[in-house]
Amino acid sequence: MHRYAKKMEILARTLLGSCAFLSILTTIGIILVLSTETIEFFGQVSPLDFLFGTKWEPLLEPKSFGVLPLVSGTLMIMVGSGLIAIPIGLFTAVYLSEYSSFRTRQIIKPVLEILAGIPTIVYGYFALTFITPVLKNIFPDIEVFNALSGAIVVGIMILPMVSSLCDDAFQGVPRQLKDGGYALGATSFEVIGQVVIPAAASRIMAAFILALSRAIGETMAVTLAAGATPIFRVNPLESIQTMTAYIVQVSLGDTPAGGVEYLTCFAVASLLFVITLFMNVIGQSIMYRVKKKATR
Amino acid sequence: MNQENIVLKTKDFNIFYGEKQAIFNMNLDICEKKVTAIIGPSGCGKSTLLRSFNRMNDFVPSFNCNGAIEFEKKNILKLDPMEVRTRIGMVFQKPNPFPKSIYNNIIWGPKIHGHKVNYDELVEDSLKKAALWDEVKDRLNESALELSGGQQQRLCIARTIAMKPEVILMDEPCSALDPKSTIKIEDLIDDLKNDYTIVIVTHNMQQAARVSDYTAFFYEGELIEFDYTDKLFTKPSNKQTEDYITGRFG
Repeated sequence: MHRYAKKMEILARTLLGSCAFLSILTTIGIILVLSTETIEFFGQVSPLDFLFGTKWEPLLEPKSFGVLPLVSGTLMIMVGSGLIAIPIGLFTAVYLSEYSSFRTRQIIKPVLEILAGIPTIVYGYFALTFITPVLKNIFPDIEVFNALSGAIVVGIMILPMVSSLCDDAFQGVPRQLKDGGYALGATSFEVIGQVVIPAAASRIMAAFILALSRAIGETMAVTLAAGATPIFRVNPLESIQTMTAYIVQVSLGDTPAGGVEYLTCFAVASLLFVITLFMNVIGQSIMYRVKKKATR
Repeated sequence: MNQENIVLKTKDFNIFYGEKQAIFNMNLDICEKKVTAIIGPSGCGKSTLLRSFNRMNDFVPSFNCNGAIEFEKKNILKLDPMEVRTRIGMVFQKPNPFPKSIYNNIIWGPKIHGHKVNYDELVEDSLKKAALWDEVKDRLNESALELSGGQQQRLCIARTIAMKPEVILMDEPCSALDPKSTIKIEDLIDDLKNDYTIVIVTHNMQQAARVSDYTAFFYEGELIEFDYTDKLFTKPSNKQTEDYITGRFG
Protein backbone atom coordinates (compact mmCIF):
# COMPACT_ATOMS: atom_id res chain seq x y z
CA MET A 1 0.00 0.00 0.00
CA HIS A 2 2.73 2.40 0.94
CA ARG A 3 4.66 1.67 -2.24
CA TYR A 4 1.53 2.37 -4.24
CA ALA A 5 1.13 5.78 -2.56
CA LYS A 6 4.74 6.59 -3.30
CA LYS A 7 4.29 5.72 -6.98
CA MET A 8 1.20 7.90 -7.12
CA GLU A 9 3.16 10.73 -5.58
CA ILE A 10 5.85 10.51 -8.26
CA LEU A 11 3.22 10.31 -10.99
CA ALA A 12 1.36 13.31 -9.58
CA ARG A 13 4.52 15.34 -9.32
CA THR A 14 5.47 14.61 -12.93
CA LEU A 15 1.99 15.28 -14.25
CA LEU A 16 1.46 18.50 -12.31
CA GLY A 17 4.97 19.71 -13.05
CA SER A 18 4.63 19.18 -16.78
CA CYS A 19 1.35 21.10 -16.77
CA ALA A 20 3.08 24.04 -15.13
CA PHE A 21 6.01 23.72 -17.49
CA LEU A 22 3.72 23.68 -20.52
CA SER A 23 2.75 27.33 -20.15
CA ILE A 24 6.38 28.38 -19.95
CA LEU A 25 7.14 26.34 -23.08
CA THR A 26 4.22 27.94 -24.90
CA THR A 27 5.41 31.42 -24.03
CA ILE A 28 8.92 30.63 -25.20
CA GLY A 29 7.50 29.11 -28.39
CA ILE A 30 5.41 32.19 -29.15
CA ILE A 31 8.32 34.55 -28.58
CA LEU A 32 10.56 32.36 -30.80
CA VAL A 33 8.10 32.28 -33.70
CA LEU A 34 7.38 35.99 -33.41
CA SER A 35 11.02 37.00 -33.29
CA THR A 36 12.34 34.76 -36.11
CA GLU A 37 9.60 35.86 -38.50
CA THR A 38 10.02 39.50 -37.46
CA ILE A 39 13.76 39.34 -38.04
CA GLU A 40 13.09 37.93 -41.48
CA PHE A 41 10.67 40.80 -42.16
CA PHE A 42 13.22 43.37 -41.14
CA GLY A 43 15.67 41.74 -43.54
CA GLN A 44 13.40 42.98 -46.32
CA VAL A 45 11.96 46.18 -44.85
CA SER A 46 13.92 48.78 -42.95
CA PRO A 47 12.80 49.09 -39.29
CA LEU A 48 12.76 52.88 -39.66
CA ASP A 49 10.37 52.73 -42.62
CA PHE A 50 8.22 50.36 -40.62
CA LEU A 51 8.10 52.35 -37.37
CA PHE A 52 7.82 55.86 -38.80
CA GLY A 53 6.14 55.42 -42.17
CA THR A 54 2.65 56.87 -42.49
CA LYS A 55 1.42 54.67 -45.34
CA TRP A 56 0.35 51.10 -44.70
CA GLU A 57 -0.25 49.39 -48.04
CA PRO A 58 1.47 46.01 -47.86
CA LEU A 59 -1.01 44.33 -50.17
CA LEU A 60 -0.97 46.92 -52.94
CA GLU A 61 1.68 47.84 -55.49
CA PRO A 62 3.89 49.72 -54.80
CA LYS A 63 4.12 48.20 -51.34
CA SER A 64 4.43 50.49 -48.36
CA PHE A 65 5.11 49.33 -44.81
CA GLY A 66 4.64 52.32 -42.52
CA VAL A 67 2.91 50.98 -39.39
CA LEU A 68 1.80 54.38 -38.02
CA PRO A 69 -1.75 54.15 -39.47
CA LEU A 70 -2.27 50.94 -37.52
CA VAL A 71 -0.69 52.47 -34.40
CA SER A 72 -2.85 55.56 -34.65
CA GLY A 73 -5.95 53.39 -35.10
CA THR A 74 -5.00 51.40 -32.03
CA LEU A 75 -4.27 54.54 -30.02
CA MET A 76 -7.64 56.02 -30.94
CA ILE A 77 -9.35 52.94 -29.61
CA MET A 78 -7.20 53.00 -26.48
CA VAL A 79 -7.76 56.69 -25.74
CA GLY A 80 -11.45 56.57 -26.58
CA SER A 81 -12.15 53.46 -24.53
CA GLY A 82 -10.07 54.88 -21.67
CA LEU A 83 -12.10 58.09 -21.69
CA ILE A 84 -15.20 55.96 -21.19
CA ALA A 85 -14.00 53.15 -18.95
CA ILE A 86 -11.70 55.06 -16.60
CA PRO A 87 -14.16 57.60 -15.17
CA ILE A 88 -17.16 55.26 -15.19
CA GLY A 89 -15.13 52.38 -13.80
CA LEU A 90 -13.62 54.54 -11.07
CA PHE A 91 -16.99 56.00 -10.11
CA THR A 92 -18.57 52.54 -10.08
CA ALA A 93 -15.87 51.40 -7.68
CA VAL A 94 -16.40 54.48 -5.49
CA TYR A 95 -20.11 53.78 -5.39
CA LEU A 96 -19.59 50.10 -4.61
CA SER A 97 -17.11 50.69 -1.86
CA GLU A 98 -18.62 53.67 -0.01
CA TYR A 99 -22.23 54.20 -1.00
CA SER A 100 -23.94 50.99 -1.98
CA SER A 101 -25.68 48.86 0.59
CA PHE A 102 -24.48 45.31 1.05
CA ARG A 103 -27.40 44.06 -1.06
CA THR A 104 -26.80 46.39 -4.04
CA ARG A 105 -23.16 45.38 -3.99
CA GLN A 106 -24.26 41.74 -4.13
CA ILE A 107 -26.18 42.54 -7.32
CA ILE A 108 -23.78 44.89 -9.12
CA LYS A 109 -20.64 42.82 -8.61
CA PRO A 110 -21.91 39.67 -10.41
CA VAL A 111 -23.45 41.77 -13.20
CA LEU A 112 -20.05 43.31 -13.83
CA GLU A 113 -18.54 39.86 -13.87
CA ILE A 114 -21.08 38.74 -16.47
CA LEU A 115 -20.17 41.80 -18.53
CA ALA A 116 -16.55 40.68 -18.37
CA GLY A 117 -17.48 37.17 -19.48
CA ILE A 118 -19.36 38.04 -22.69
CA PRO A 119 -17.43 36.86 -25.77
CA THR A 120 -15.82 39.82 -27.51
CA ILE A 121 -17.39 38.97 -30.87
CA VAL A 122 -20.77 39.64 -29.26
CA TYR A 123 -19.54 43.09 -28.28
CA GLY A 124 -18.53 43.60 -31.89
CA TYR A 125 -22.00 42.78 -33.13
CA PHE A 126 -23.47 45.00 -30.44
CA ALA A 127 -21.34 47.88 -31.71
CA LEU A 128 -22.22 47.29 -35.33
CA THR A 129 -25.94 46.71 -34.91
CA PHE A 130 -26.74 48.95 -31.97
CA ILE A 131 -24.08 51.55 -31.11
CA THR A 132 -23.34 52.66 -34.67
CA PRO A 133 -27.03 53.15 -35.62
CA VAL A 134 -27.52 55.19 -32.44
CA LEU A 135 -24.45 57.26 -33.28
CA LYS A 136 -25.79 57.78 -36.77
CA ASN A 137 -28.72 59.66 -35.30
CA ILE A 138 -26.30 62.04 -33.65
CA PHE A 139 -23.66 62.23 -36.41
CA PRO A 140 -25.43 61.63 -39.75
CA ASP A 141 -22.06 61.54 -41.59
CA ILE A 142 -20.68 58.66 -39.58
CA GLU A 143 -19.36 55.66 -41.55
CA VAL A 144 -20.73 52.17 -41.02
CA PHE A 145 -17.36 51.14 -39.61
CA ASN A 146 -15.96 53.83 -37.37
CA ALA A 147 -13.45 54.33 -34.59
CA LEU A 148 -15.95 55.92 -32.20
CA SER A 149 -18.21 52.90 -32.10
CA GLY A 150 -15.19 50.64 -31.59
CA ALA A 151 -13.86 52.83 -28.79
CA ILE A 152 -17.22 52.88 -27.03
CA VAL A 153 -17.65 49.14 -27.18
CA VAL A 154 -14.09 48.45 -26.00
CA GLY A 155 -14.70 50.97 -23.22
CA ILE A 156 -17.72 48.94 -22.11
CA MET A 157 -15.63 45.79 -22.33
CA ILE A 158 -12.82 47.00 -20.09
CA LEU A 159 -15.18 48.76 -17.68
CA PRO A 160 -15.57 45.72 -15.38
CA MET A 161 -11.81 45.36 -15.23
CA VAL A 162 -11.32 49.00 -14.22
CA SER A 163 -14.08 48.93 -11.63
CA SER A 164 -13.08 45.63 -10.09
CA LEU A 165 -9.35 46.53 -9.89
CA CYS A 166 -10.23 49.97 -8.45
CA ASP A 167 -12.59 48.33 -5.99
CA ASP A 168 -9.74 46.03 -4.92
CA ALA A 169 -7.56 49.11 -4.55
CA PHE A 170 -10.12 50.76 -2.28
CA GLN A 171 -10.55 47.59 -0.23
CA GLY A 172 -6.79 47.63 0.25
CA VAL A 173 -7.00 50.95 2.10
CA PRO A 174 -7.05 50.12 5.83
CA ARG A 175 -10.44 50.49 7.47
CA GLN A 176 -8.89 52.53 10.29
CA LEU A 177 -7.75 55.21 7.84
CA LYS A 178 -11.32 55.69 6.63
CA ASP A 179 -12.55 55.65 10.23
CA GLY A 180 -10.10 58.46 10.96
CA GLY A 181 -11.75 60.57 8.28
CA TYR A 182 -15.30 59.72 9.34
CA ALA A 183 -14.48 60.38 13.01
CA LEU A 184 -13.68 63.98 12.06
CA GLY A 185 -17.21 64.37 10.74
CA ALA A 186 -16.37 63.96 7.05
CA THR A 187 -18.92 62.81 4.49
CA SER A 188 -18.38 59.68 2.40
CA PHE A 189 -17.51 61.89 -0.55
CA GLU A 190 -14.79 63.69 1.42
CA VAL A 191 -13.39 60.48 2.83
CA ILE A 192 -13.23 58.73 -0.54
CA GLY A 193 -11.97 61.77 -2.44
CA GLN A 194 -9.40 63.04 0.02
CA VAL A 195 -8.36 59.97 1.99
CA VAL A 196 -9.11 56.75 0.13
CA ILE A 197 -8.24 57.72 -3.46
CA PRO A 198 -4.92 59.41 -2.53
CA ALA A 199 -4.00 56.40 -0.37
CA ALA A 200 -4.83 53.98 -3.21
CA ALA A 201 -3.46 56.20 -5.99
CA SER A 202 -0.70 53.95 -7.24
CA ARG A 203 -2.91 50.86 -7.33
CA ILE A 204 -5.54 52.85 -9.22
CA MET A 205 -2.89 53.95 -11.73
CA ALA A 206 -1.86 50.33 -12.18
CA ALA A 207 -5.48 49.37 -12.77
CA PHE A 208 -5.79 51.99 -15.50
CA ILE A 209 -2.63 50.84 -17.23
CA LEU A 210 -3.65 47.17 -17.17
CA ALA A 211 -7.09 48.02 -18.55
CA LEU A 212 -5.65 50.17 -21.32
CA SER A 213 -3.26 47.42 -22.27
CA ARG A 214 -6.26 45.14 -22.54
CA ALA A 215 -7.91 47.72 -24.83
CA ILE A 216 -4.85 47.71 -27.08
CA GLY A 217 -4.88 43.95 -27.36
CA GLU A 218 -8.61 43.73 -28.02
CA THR A 219 -9.33 42.18 -31.43
CA MET A 220 -12.71 40.89 -32.48
CA ALA A 221 -14.87 43.79 -31.33
CA VAL A 222 -12.72 46.39 -33.03
CA THR A 223 -12.36 44.35 -36.19
CA LEU A 224 -16.10 44.26 -36.46
CA ALA A 225 -16.87 47.78 -35.29
CA ALA A 226 -14.01 49.94 -36.47
CA GLY A 227 -13.35 48.44 -39.87
CA ALA A 228 -10.27 47.78 -41.97
CA THR A 229 -9.08 51.10 -43.35
CA PRO A 230 -5.45 51.66 -42.42
CA ILE A 231 -5.22 55.38 -43.05
CA PHE A 232 -3.24 57.77 -40.87
CA ARG A 233 -5.95 60.11 -39.54
CA VAL A 234 -7.73 60.97 -36.34
CA ASN A 235 -11.37 61.44 -37.21
CA PRO A 236 -13.30 59.07 -34.92
CA LEU A 237 -16.29 59.07 -37.25
CA GLU A 238 -14.31 57.34 -40.01
CA SER A 239 -13.19 53.80 -40.43
CA ILE A 240 -9.74 52.86 -39.13
CA GLN A 241 -7.76 49.67 -38.65
CA THR A 242 -6.07 48.59 -35.47
CA MET A 243 -2.97 46.42 -35.30
CA THR A 244 -5.02 43.46 -34.11
CA ALA A 245 -7.64 43.91 -36.82
CA TYR A 246 -4.90 43.89 -39.45
CA ILE A 247 -3.55 40.61 -38.12
CA VAL A 248 -7.03 39.11 -38.38
CA GLN A 249 -7.36 40.35 -41.94
CA VAL A 250 -4.10 38.76 -43.05
CA SER A 251 -4.64 35.54 -41.14
CA LEU A 252 -8.07 34.99 -42.68
CA GLY A 253 -7.17 36.20 -46.14
CA ASP A 254 -5.46 34.39 -48.99
CA THR A 255 -2.10 36.05 -48.43
CA PRO A 256 0.48 33.43 -49.44
CA ALA A 257 2.66 32.21 -46.60
CA GLY A 258 6.30 33.18 -46.83
CA GLY A 259 5.91 36.41 -48.78
CA VAL A 260 6.75 39.74 -47.22
CA GLU A 261 3.00 40.56 -47.03
CA TYR A 262 2.58 37.55 -44.81
CA LEU A 263 5.55 38.50 -42.65
CA THR A 264 4.02 41.92 -41.87
CA CYS A 265 1.62 40.06 -39.66
CA PHE A 266 4.45 38.97 -37.38
CA ALA A 267 6.11 42.37 -37.33
CA VAL A 268 2.85 44.00 -36.28
CA ALA A 269 2.26 41.27 -33.70
CA SER A 270 5.74 41.81 -32.27
CA LEU A 271 5.16 45.53 -31.96
CA LEU A 272 1.83 44.85 -30.25
CA PHE A 273 3.50 42.35 -27.96
CA VAL A 274 6.23 44.82 -26.99
CA ILE A 275 3.74 47.62 -26.28
CA THR A 276 1.40 45.53 -24.14
CA LEU A 277 4.32 43.83 -22.39
CA PHE A 278 5.76 47.23 -21.55
CA MET A 279 2.43 48.43 -20.15
CA ASN A 280 1.84 45.25 -18.20
CA VAL A 281 5.32 45.40 -16.70
CA ILE A 282 4.72 48.98 -15.57
CA GLY A 283 1.27 48.12 -14.20
CA GLN A 284 2.47 45.01 -12.40
CA SER A 285 5.56 46.70 -10.99
CA ILE A 286 3.43 49.47 -9.49
CA MET A 287 1.21 46.80 -7.93
CA TYR A 288 4.26 44.94 -6.65
CA ARG A 289 5.81 48.06 -5.13
CA VAL A 290 2.55 48.85 -3.35
CA LYS A 291 2.27 45.32 -1.99
CA LYS A 292 5.82 45.43 -0.69
CA LYS A 293 5.18 48.73 1.01
CA ALA A 294 1.97 47.44 2.57
CA THR A 295 3.65 44.42 4.13
CA ARG A 296 6.62 46.35 5.46
CA MET B 1 -22.83 59.13 43.19
CA ASN B 2 -21.88 62.42 41.53
CA GLN B 3 -23.18 65.95 41.33
CA GLU B 4 -21.15 67.09 38.35
CA ASN B 5 -22.57 68.05 34.98
CA ILE B 6 -23.47 65.04 32.92
CA VAL B 7 -22.47 65.39 29.27
CA LEU B 8 -23.39 61.98 27.91
CA LYS B 9 -26.06 59.73 29.26
CA THR B 10 -27.17 56.38 27.93
CA LYS B 11 -30.78 55.51 28.74
CA ASP B 12 -31.92 51.89 28.61
CA PHE B 13 -29.60 51.49 25.66
CA ASN B 14 -29.41 48.14 23.84
CA ILE B 15 -27.19 47.12 20.94
CA PHE B 16 -27.73 44.17 18.63
CA TYR B 17 -25.57 42.67 15.91
CA GLY B 18 -28.12 40.79 13.87
CA GLU B 19 -29.77 38.45 16.36
CA LYS B 20 -27.01 38.71 18.93
CA GLN B 21 -27.33 41.30 21.67
CA ALA B 22 -24.06 43.04 22.55
CA ILE B 23 -25.16 45.68 25.08
CA PHE B 24 -27.96 45.14 27.60
CA ASN B 25 -30.05 47.92 29.07
CA MET B 26 -27.15 50.28 29.55
CA ASN B 27 -27.55 53.28 31.85
CA LEU B 28 -24.28 55.13 32.13
CA ASP B 29 -23.51 58.78 32.90
CA ILE B 30 -20.38 60.52 31.61
CA CYS B 31 -19.36 63.62 33.57
CA GLU B 32 -18.03 66.83 32.10
CA LYS B 33 -14.27 67.36 32.05
CA LYS B 34 -13.58 64.06 33.77
CA VAL B 35 -11.94 60.92 32.52
CA THR B 36 -14.24 57.92 32.50
CA ALA B 37 -12.64 54.56 31.89
CA ILE B 38 -14.51 51.52 30.63
CA ILE B 39 -12.88 48.21 31.53
CA GLY B 40 -13.83 44.60 31.11
CA PRO B 41 -12.70 41.39 29.43
CA SER B 42 -12.53 41.13 25.62
CA GLY B 43 -15.94 40.99 23.99
CA CYS B 44 -17.71 42.66 26.92
CA GLY B 45 -19.03 45.40 24.61
CA LYS B 46 -16.87 48.28 25.84
CA SER B 47 -15.65 49.35 22.37
CA THR B 48 -19.10 48.73 20.92
CA LEU B 49 -20.64 51.19 23.36
CA LEU B 50 -17.85 53.71 22.83
CA ARG B 51 -18.38 53.64 19.07
CA SER B 52 -22.08 54.34 19.58
CA PHE B 53 -21.30 57.70 21.19
CA ASN B 54 -20.06 59.07 17.84
CA ARG B 55 -22.21 56.88 15.59
CA MET B 56 -19.25 54.91 14.21
CA ASN B 57 -21.35 51.75 14.49
CA ASP B 58 -23.49 53.07 11.64
CA PHE B 59 -20.98 51.46 9.29
CA VAL B 60 -21.64 47.95 10.61
CA PRO B 61 -24.35 46.47 8.37
CA SER B 62 -25.99 44.24 11.00
CA PHE B 63 -25.87 46.92 13.73
CA ASN B 64 -29.12 47.80 15.44
CA CYS B 65 -29.93 49.61 18.67
CA ASN B 66 -32.71 51.01 20.80
CA GLY B 67 -32.98 53.29 23.80
CA ALA B 68 -31.26 56.66 23.82
CA ILE B 69 -27.94 58.38 24.25
CA GLU B 70 -28.43 61.91 25.50
CA PHE B 71 -25.92 64.56 24.59
CA GLU B 72 -26.87 68.04 25.78
CA LYS B 73 -30.53 67.07 26.07
CA LYS B 74 -30.65 65.68 22.54
CA ASN B 75 -30.70 62.05 21.46
CA ILE B 76 -27.50 61.30 19.55
CA LEU B 77 -29.27 58.53 17.65
CA LYS B 78 -31.59 61.11 16.10
CA LEU B 79 -28.92 63.65 15.15
CA ASP B 80 -26.92 63.91 11.95
CA PRO B 81 -23.93 61.57 12.44
CA MET B 82 -21.53 64.01 10.74
CA GLU B 83 -22.61 66.71 13.19
CA VAL B 84 -22.20 64.36 16.16
CA ARG B 85 -18.68 63.42 15.10
CA THR B 86 -17.51 67.03 14.91
CA ARG B 87 -18.44 67.47 18.56
CA ILE B 88 -17.47 64.04 19.83
CA GLY B 89 -14.02 63.19 18.54
CA MET B 90 -12.35 59.79 18.54
CA VAL B 91 -8.85 58.37 18.87
CA PHE B 92 -8.40 54.81 17.67
CA GLN B 93 -6.52 51.72 18.78
CA LYS B 94 -3.93 51.95 16.04
CA PRO B 95 -2.54 55.37 15.16
CA ASN B 96 -4.19 56.29 11.85
CA PRO B 97 -2.72 59.55 10.53
CA PHE B 98 -3.59 60.35 6.92
CA PRO B 99 -0.77 59.86 4.40
CA LYS B 100 -0.38 63.65 4.27
CA SER B 101 1.92 66.16 5.95
CA ILE B 102 1.72 66.76 9.70
CA TYR B 103 0.27 70.21 8.99
CA ASN B 104 -2.38 68.90 6.62
CA ASN B 105 -3.38 66.15 9.04
CA ILE B 106 -4.30 68.80 11.61
CA ILE B 107 -6.18 71.15 9.29
CA TRP B 108 -8.01 68.47 7.32
CA GLY B 109 -11.04 68.30 9.61
CA PRO B 110 -11.50 72.07 10.12
CA LYS B 111 -10.93 72.62 6.40
CA ILE B 112 -13.63 70.24 5.16
CA HIS B 113 -16.08 71.86 7.57
CA GLY B 114 -15.10 75.31 6.34
CA HIS B 115 -14.02 76.58 9.77
CA LYS B 116 -12.71 80.09 9.25
CA VAL B 117 -9.64 80.11 11.46
CA ASN B 118 -5.98 80.91 11.18
CA TYR B 119 -4.58 77.50 10.25
CA ASP B 120 -1.03 78.22 11.41
CA GLU B 121 -2.29 79.13 14.86
CA LEU B 122 -4.64 76.16 14.91
CA VAL B 123 -1.82 73.75 14.05
CA GLU B 124 0.49 75.21 16.70
CA ASP B 125 -2.23 75.30 19.32
CA SER B 126 -3.43 71.73 18.64
CA LEU B 127 0.07 70.29 18.57
CA LYS B 128 0.95 72.07 21.82
CA LYS B 129 -2.15 70.69 23.50
CA ALA B 130 -1.20 67.24 22.28
CA ALA B 131 2.35 67.68 23.65
CA LEU B 132 3.85 67.16 20.20
CA TRP B 133 4.75 70.70 19.13
CA ASP B 134 8.36 70.70 20.34
CA GLU B 135 9.13 67.45 18.55
CA VAL B 136 7.68 68.41 15.15
CA LYS B 137 7.63 72.22 14.90
CA ASP B 138 10.55 72.22 12.43
CA ARG B 139 9.08 69.62 10.11
CA LEU B 140 5.39 70.35 9.79
CA ASN B 141 5.49 69.70 6.07
CA GLU B 142 6.96 66.23 6.37
CA SER B 143 4.71 63.20 5.99
CA ALA B 144 2.96 62.14 9.17
CA LEU B 145 4.00 58.57 8.36
CA GLU B 146 7.61 59.47 9.17
CA LEU B 147 6.69 59.88 12.84
CA SER B 148 7.08 57.14 15.45
CA GLY B 149 3.97 55.23 16.59
CA GLY B 150 3.66 57.26 19.78
CA GLN B 151 4.07 60.53 17.92
CA GLN B 152 1.50 59.42 15.35
CA GLN B 153 -0.99 58.73 18.11
CA ARG B 154 -0.41 62.18 19.63
CA LEU B 155 -0.85 63.64 16.14
CA CYS B 156 -4.19 61.86 15.93
CA ILE B 157 -5.11 63.41 19.27
CA ALA B 158 -4.01 66.83 17.96
CA ARG B 159 -6.10 66.26 14.83
CA THR B 160 -9.11 65.53 17.04
CA ILE B 161 -8.46 68.59 19.23
CA ALA B 162 -8.30 70.81 16.14
CA MET B 163 -12.01 70.18 15.64
CA LYS B 164 -12.62 71.70 19.09
CA PRO B 165 -14.84 68.84 20.25
CA GLU B 166 -16.48 68.65 23.64
CA VAL B 167 -15.88 64.96 24.16
CA ILE B 168 -12.90 62.80 23.11
CA LEU B 169 -13.44 59.05 22.88
CA MET B 170 -10.35 56.90 23.12
CA ASP B 171 -10.52 53.28 22.03
CA GLU B 172 -7.53 51.55 23.66
CA PRO B 173 -5.28 54.40 22.53
CA CYS B 174 -2.09 52.83 23.90
CA SER B 175 -2.54 49.20 22.93
CA ALA B 176 -0.21 49.54 19.91
CA LEU B 177 2.41 51.63 21.72
CA ASP B 178 5.53 50.93 23.74
CA PRO B 179 5.58 51.72 27.51
CA LYS B 180 7.38 55.04 27.12
CA SER B 181 4.90 56.36 24.54
CA THR B 182 2.09 55.01 26.71
CA ILE B 183 3.21 57.13 29.67
CA LYS B 184 3.31 60.22 27.44
CA ILE B 185 -0.24 59.62 26.26
CA GLU B 186 -1.40 59.02 29.83
CA ASP B 187 0.19 62.30 30.97
CA LEU B 188 -1.50 63.97 28.04
CA ILE B 189 -4.90 62.60 29.03
CA ASP B 190 -4.39 64.14 32.46
CA ASP B 191 -3.81 67.57 30.87
CA LEU B 192 -6.63 67.23 28.38
CA LYS B 193 -9.32 66.73 30.99
CA ASN B 194 -9.05 70.42 31.89
CA ASP B 195 -10.72 71.20 28.57
CA TYR B 196 -12.42 68.02 27.41
CA THR B 197 -14.58 65.21 28.62
CA ILE B 198 -12.76 61.95 27.97
CA VAL B 199 -14.08 58.41 27.71
CA ILE B 200 -11.36 55.79 27.42
CA VAL B 201 -11.75 52.10 26.76
CA THR B 202 -8.82 50.07 27.99
CA HIS B 203 -7.97 46.45 28.64
CA ASN B 204 -5.21 47.63 30.95
CA MET B 205 -6.57 47.96 34.47
CA GLN B 206 -3.49 49.77 35.78
CA GLN B 207 -4.00 52.34 33.07
CA ALA B 208 -7.63 52.84 34.04
CA ALA B 209 -6.56 53.25 37.66
CA ARG B 210 -3.86 55.77 36.71
CA VAL B 211 -5.76 58.05 34.33
CA SER B 212 -9.44 57.97 35.17
CA ASP B 213 -11.75 59.65 37.66
CA TYR B 214 -14.57 57.19 37.12
CA THR B 215 -14.47 53.59 36.05
CA ALA B 216 -17.20 51.44 34.58
CA PHE B 217 -16.80 47.67 34.65
CA PHE B 218 -18.58 45.83 31.85
CA TYR B 219 -19.17 42.11 31.66
CA GLU B 220 -20.92 40.37 28.77
CA GLY B 221 -22.63 43.55 27.61
CA GLU B 222 -23.86 44.64 31.04
CA LEU B 223 -22.73 47.41 33.33
CA ILE B 224 -21.71 45.55 36.46
CA GLU B 225 -20.32 48.42 38.50
CA PHE B 226 -19.74 52.13 38.00
CA ASP B 227 -18.01 54.25 40.60
CA TYR B 228 -15.16 56.58 41.45
CA THR B 229 -12.01 54.93 40.19
CA ASP B 230 -10.40 54.99 43.64
CA LYS B 231 -13.36 53.26 45.17
CA LEU B 232 -13.89 50.70 42.40
CA PHE B 233 -10.30 49.54 42.54
CA THR B 234 -9.98 49.50 46.32
CA LYS B 235 -13.44 48.62 47.59
CA PRO B 236 -15.50 47.17 44.75
CA SER B 237 -19.03 46.49 45.86
CA ASN B 238 -19.61 43.67 43.40
CA LYS B 239 -18.05 40.22 43.59
CA GLN B 240 -17.52 40.00 39.81
CA THR B 241 -15.72 43.35 39.76
CA GLU B 242 -13.47 42.21 42.56
CA ASP B 243 -12.68 38.95 40.77
CA TYR B 244 -11.82 40.84 37.58
CA ILE B 245 -9.60 43.53 39.10
CA THR B 246 -7.76 41.02 41.22
CA GLY B 247 -7.05 39.02 38.08
CA ARG B 248 -9.19 35.99 38.84
CA PHE B 249 -10.60 36.08 35.29
CA GLY B 250 -10.48 38.21 32.15
